[in-house]
Amino acid sequence: MRRNDHRARRHPAYGAFLVHRISGILLALFLPLHLWALSQSLQGAAQFDQLLAWTAAPSVKVAEWGIVVLLAAHLTGGLRLLALELLPWRDWQKSLAALAAAIALAFGLAFALAL
Amino acid sequence: MELLRAKVWRGAEQGAFQSFEVPRQASQTVLDVVTHIQRHLDPSLAYRYACRVGMCGSCAMTVNGVARWTCRTHVDAVAVGGAIEIAPLGHLPVIRDLVTDMSQFFDKWARARGRFSGSRTRHDDFARIAPEEPERRQADAGIECIGCGVCYASCDLVSWNPDYLGPAALNRAWTLNCDARDVDQLERLRAVGGDAGCHACHAQMGCTERCPKKISPTAGIAGLKRALARAALKGAL
Amino acid sequence: MSARRETLLWLAQRASAAVLALCVLVHLATIIIAVQGGLSAAEILQRTRGNVLGLVFYATFVAAAAVHAPIGLRATLGEWLGWRGASRDVALVLFALALAVLGLRAVMGVFGGAA
Repeated sequence: MRRNDHRARRHPAYGAFLVHRISGILLALFLPLHLWALSQSLQGAAQFDQLLAWTAAPSVKVAEWGIVVLLAAHLTGGLRLLALELLPWRDWQKSLAALAAAIALAFGLAFALAL
Repeated sequence: MELLRAKVWRGAEQGAFQSFEVPRQASQTVLDVVTHIQRHLDPSLAYRYACRVGMCGSCAMTVNGVARWTCRTHVDAVAVGGAIEIAPLGHLPVIRDLVTDMSQFFDKWARARGRFSGSRTRHDDFARIAPEEPERRQADAGIECIGCGVCYASCDLVSWNPDYLGPAALNRAWTLNCDARDVDQLERLRAVGGDAGCHACHAQMGCTERCPKKISPTAGIAGLKRALARAALKGAL
Repeated sequence: MSARRETLLWLAQRASAAVLALCVLVHLATIIIAVQGGLSAAEILQRTRGNVLGLVFYATFVAAAAVHAPIGLRATLGEWLGWRGASRDVALVLFALALAVLGLRAVMGVFGGAA
């Protein structure tokens, strides 16, 4: 007998929760690194240039795209929560999970095209 | 005759699934299957039911991993490859086989102050509440709860936070929050706003998905969050 | 006082989320534009150093993130690792301070200096 059987977690809202939480964790881990790397700019333009050169690498570009998708997913998941919490209940709120996913993917696509 | 293979949980927290072969019938429900096993195959099987017509909620169990009323679950709708898996309702201590101890479920109801507190006596006139008032409509959307525990068993937060009051208790607190006659509002908000209260809900919506009465505890919990925010900003908490 | 504390944390989380939503959108747009321009470090820093508006904007961004990330992690740590109580809150305050310090160092590095 198991708790929290995966067969009971197949509805969209559960997926939306999981995406929101996992993207949040990954962003919280990424953020200190991002800020530390940026603070290298305190040492002057030369160090900053080294950082910029590093960010031109394809693997870094892919990682950046990943971060943007995580941000978009977390943001849209958060908007889903705000809609559920602040607006009076309506049945369409159950479809918010799908809407959030669609918008997040659109963000990711836009960023990929802009890169 | 077509046979259904039913795996049924035997034991308590420790135990195992035992397989039974049950003749399939038209319009057979999972409760029919359990009853057949107990009456014809193994009288030592422990389980609960009462009305068997979808009114009392006593027959709630976990069927193929999902919490449901067994009297309202047709075997044809859930059997996979001629088999079903029947276990006790989740997130509750198991007394024996398919019978759980629901004490904590009702204790949390009490801890959420899920009881009406009025100020009028028999000497006062009736309270006048218009049924179409928005607040009353919101209360009405949640008062049909019969305390079956399916929502409680369907919420991951209940297993991740042992003190979490759970969707049913919070839903009841919300209906009372919307009741203009109730005078316990502030204490109730304090009861449901703590670290095992409504803020622990992350809108997984397992409760809303599974409630056999089509209640949405998610909506009620959101309402409690709004009420608490207003109270906190007014300095009332 | 638990209800009051939990509710204020919830309010802070939602308020900082609203601020972050705005900041993230502006930030992403800015970065895309800057990257497409192909600017070097010296060129970027020339535009940003002494920019008071940029400093205020990004300082606000850092402050909002320093509030939002720890409160979000608080629920996750409690629910998935069973870490509750004072030690969790102390660790999260330290994390918030770390984000604030790293972030403000980065902001000063990029936007600091006389106009």
